[in-house]
Amino acid sequence: MSTPRIKFYQTGTYTAGNRLLDEAARTVQSRMDRMNSLNSGHRACQGCGEALGARYAVDAAMRASHNRLIAINATGCLEVFSSPYPESSWQIPWMHSLFGNAPAVASGVAAALRAKGRGDVKVLAQGGDGATVDIGLGCLSGMFERNDDVLYLCYDNEAYMNTGIQRSGATPPFARTNTTQVVGEAPGNLLGTGKNLPRIAMAHGIPYVATASVADLHDLETKVTKAMDMQGARYIHLHVPCPLGWGSDPAHTIRVARMAVESGLFPLFEAQFGTVVDRTLIRHKVPVERYLELQDRFKHLFGPPPNTEAIAALQAIADANIVTYGLIV
Amino acid sequence: MRAQIEGSQAVAEVVVLCRPDVIAAYPITPQTHIVERLSRMVKQGDVGRCQFLNVESEFAALSALIGASATGARTYTATTSQGLLFMAEAVYNAAGLGLPIVMTIANRAVGAPINIWNDHSDSMALRDAGWIQLYAETNQEAADLHIQAFRLAEELSCPVMVCMDGYILTHAYEPVDLPDRSLVDAFLPPFSPVQVLDPSDPISIGAMVGPEAFTEVKYLAHQQQLRALALVPEVAGVFEQQFQRPSRGLCSPYRMEDADVAVIALGSVIGTIKDTVDELRREGIAAGCVKIGCYRPFPTLQLRAELEGLTCVIVVEKDLAVGMGGIVSADVQIALQGLHIPVHTVIAGLGGRSISKASLKQMIHEARAERLSEPHFLDLNMTAINDELARRRDQRRAGPVAEHLVRAINAIGTKVV
Ligand SMILES: Cc1ncc(C[n+]2csc(CCOP(=O)(O)OP(=O)(O)O)c2C)c(N)n1
Ligand code: SF4
Ligand SMILES: [Mg+2]
Repeated sequence: MSTPRIKFYQTGTYTAGNRLLDEAARTVQSRMDRMNSLNSGHRACQGCGEALGARYAVDAAMRASHNRLIAINATGCLEVFSSPYPESSWQIPWMHSLFGNAPAVASGVAAALRAKGRGDVKVLAQGGDGATVDIGLGCLSGMFERNDDVLYLCYDNEAYMNTGIQRSGATPPFARTNTTQVVGEAPGNLLGTGKNLPRIAMAHGIPYVATASVADLHDLETKVTKAMDMQGARYIHLHVPCPLGWGSDPAHTIRVARMAVESGLFPLFEAQFGTVVDRTLIRHKVPVERYLELQDRFKHLFGPPPNTEAIAALQAIADANIVTYGLIV
Repeated sequence: MRAQIEGSQAVAEVVVLCRPDVIAAYPITPQTHIVERLSRMVKQGDVGRCQFLNVESEFAALSALIGASATGARTYTATTSQGLLFMAEAVYNAAGLGLPIVMTIANRAVGAPINIWNDHSDSMALRDAGWIQLYAETNQEAADLHIQAFRLAEELSCPVMVCMDGYILTHAYEPVDLPDRSLVDAFLPPFSPVQVLDPSDPISIGAMVGPEAFTEVKYLAHQQQLRALALVPEVAGVFEQQFQRPSRGLCSPYRMEDADVAVIALGSVIGTIKDTVDELRREGIAAGCVKIGCYRPFPTLQLRAELEGLTCVIVVEKDLAVGMGGIVSADVQIALQGLHIPVHTVIAGLGGRSISKASLKQMIHEARAERLSEPHFLDLNMTAINDELARRRDQRRAGPVAEHLVRAINAIGTKVV
């Protein structure tokens, strides 16, 4: 099934013009027959980007797999807010094992399906940035390297949120977390630290790597659908603002996500077998301040006195992304 | 079919007869021969559609089996020592999720100092993780126990470790009767899971449980494992009938009828102990021994019945609870509560040190004469220890203990009996 790329440019306010589309191209969430895989009633905070992203991503994966999907979840906010027994928001077969092993558990599910000749069932593994870029990286790299038939979705909210906002390897420079506090000579997270998991994933040469953002949910659905139609190890790195951890207005989650994309701090691209094949162009480039000022975790950069050096360093990162991925033409 | 075969190869052969669906493994000495053979057999198509996953760690190996088992697959892995500890979090998780995974432990010491030889420190460290633990005395028993392990695991929805001594069993060539496939098929029904990840019947597995029910969940897990106290002998009985060779259950006595002193142990050392018992019997000493074949669940009542009326019990164990002493002997003491039988703890065979008949005999004589230290370390080189203690008294920055002890002992010369 080919998945057309659709852009919603019509309104200028970025309101999605879903109804203007062909029925077949409309978002999964707008359909009467959407699965509500992650059903309402869960305990995520108001405005949780992770809950929003999971809702769209998993429903799209369900649709693409004709509702033949098994999901494995690492420990973290998504697991906790969706599940404490006796309740579960999951309307799909779902298992949580440990914090650091979701990719390996998913590999095992895929192996069992192969052994049982169940080619009709697909496997989705999901975890937060901590589960993915830090504690589970060994298992994830193994799953990639073996090219196991699993789609892995990382919900990147740039810190360990479930345990109360601590730094992860995906926390951006200068961000305040409870283990990178705004004290001392270099307040917040240190510049020059952290890792880029989409690039690490690409280095494995796996069939598909993409970044996505809750700022563009239709794009997220498209990428999930595309990934589900492929075989082997696939990886989607999804940027999901966390109002609680970032100190942002719950009503502005999508706006915050959009500013990350439009500033160049979070580039949207797709790669196949280690090579970037597509990217989402920035239409209205914004300075990084437009993104940073929406979040208390960067408040210390605005002073008094403002930390112009830090802001310039972040701007340099955004500008480098724009060049690397050709985000402005 | 009777074959002259290495213990590891025998285990691989019977695991294949059990028709596993998914095997995941990571290499570690002395487990490697088992998984090498299995990988070959899977690859050349001897195991149906079975999948062999070459994973990046033991943690991943067991995690993959957690996923596979929850998807309804019969699953197997093998590890030892550092590998078992590396997967520790998943060991507890597999048991908590009630997944009937079978794992061979090729028992080996745990570092530091790094040591690849046999003792039971590894499986003992995880004795309370919720797995059934069976210990093999011989390679025939190791082979037979694997077949029984799958049946036990799947009947109880509880994972099983089959522990066999590294090198002493895994690398020993002995005659082993490898059963016909049809016999195993008749003994081991296809795996029918009690919970399964299935799109046609979606359930959530592994979600959080709070204080309101956690104790009850654990209580039931305990009761479920205790059911093995009945099931292990029952399954061994059926095995005996169908395979026409003896199999034992929870614990097995040797010359215990009129014994007044007994040695308790696990694993391959039982062979040496039996020979020692025979020699003592010839000297007129009423010695016997009891092998613990199933260590978890612990056969408290069965052991008590075997040992009632004795005047002296010696537990020979290949492990050490640092700061406390014996692990097995603590359990034996609980089993003998109120019987006023002295229980001696003997730490032996650590890091592969051989356990000789002469040392065992002397140990029994000393125990009967009430001259055994508590806990007693078999064949301890006190000269080297005293030298090292003196050296450390004189020198704050004394360096690695291990290095100096090895030097001292090599200088003194090891006493090989
Ligand atoms: C081995 C282990 N270490 C630590 C934890 C504690 N822990 C549970 S969830 C979590 C944070 C999860 O962070 P992330 O993966 O980023 O997901 P988020 O909650 O942010 O969505 C941590 C540290 C654990 N459960 N297991
Ligand atoms: S802490 Fe953040 S990620 Fe967790 S539920 Fe709340 S908003 Fe979502
Ligand atoms: Mg996170």
